[in-house]
Amino acid sequence: MLKRLFPHPYLTLTLVILWFLLVNQWKLGSLVMALILATVIPHLTSAWWPDRPKIRRPFGLAAYALLVLWDVIVANFQVARIVLFMPRDKIRSAWVTVPLDLRAPEAITLLAGTITMTPGTLTADMSACGRALLIHSLHAPDPDAVRDDIKARYEARLKRIFE
Amino acid sequence: MTLALAIDLFLSAMLVGGGLFALIGSYGLLRLPQPMQRLHAPTKATTIGVGAALVVSALDLLPQGAVSWQEILITIFLLLTAPISALFLAKTLLLRHEDPATLPDSGTGRPWATLSDDRPVG
Repeated sequence: MLKRLFPHPYLTLTLVILWFLLVNQWKLGSLVMALILATVIPHLTSAWWPDRPKIRRPFGLAAYALLVLWDVIVANFQVARIVLFMPRDKIRSAWVTVPLDLRAPEAITLLAGTITMTPGTLTADMSACGRALLIHSLHAPDPDAVRDDIKARYEARLKRIFE
Repeated sequence: MTLALAIDLFLSAMLVGGGLFALIGSYGLLRLPQPMQRLHAPTKATTIGVGAALVVSALDLLPQGAVSWQEILITIFLLLTAPISALFLAKTLLLRHEDPATLPDSGTGRPWATLSDDRPVG
């Protein structure tokens, strides 16, 4: 019964929180409206999510978000330093191939987004079979270290959360 | 020094800092020589510039006891969508300037998706 009313509990919860952030006030009326939207929208959009992501550790996801937020701030200082002070011919840009252990599409999407937002790396493409990511690194004297860092810092955490 | 003044000083510092990062991001566009390198500057430096401005906007009325939550929403959507536009720009650059010979092997026996022969052409 509960499962039929809320087929996608995470989406429902997200919508409730989104609505409260949007209306910017904590009133009972807002909660009612939020619950109506959070019930109707998952049903209307159910055709677009045939495979729901399984999140094994929701709190792991929150910790991951904080880690990424911190890394984004650090990334800004590193990129700013390269942009401002590094001589143009000293910048060693490199393509890096990152083989993927992740299989869940949602997890791979998150990893690709994380790579784009963090220190000097950018997701450029995925292999046609979805088993590797093509990364462009702004300044990578040692491309293998970039790959190992991404796998250890982000992919391992995502694997624990999603798989 | 009152608390309100301290908050104001902190928020002003955030605004100036964020503005500096946005400026550096734009300067990076001008200074970096390769197209793929130029893509790095706006995805990072600009994010923190906009992010700082949004934090200030959210906390601006803090001394009067009010916090505006909508800015948090903007920050979340910004972090969600910035990588996607960057990916589209990167794919365009791959198609225009790169071919399989200039890229590393994917290691999977299959080519990179953007350059593979069975991609939809339109």
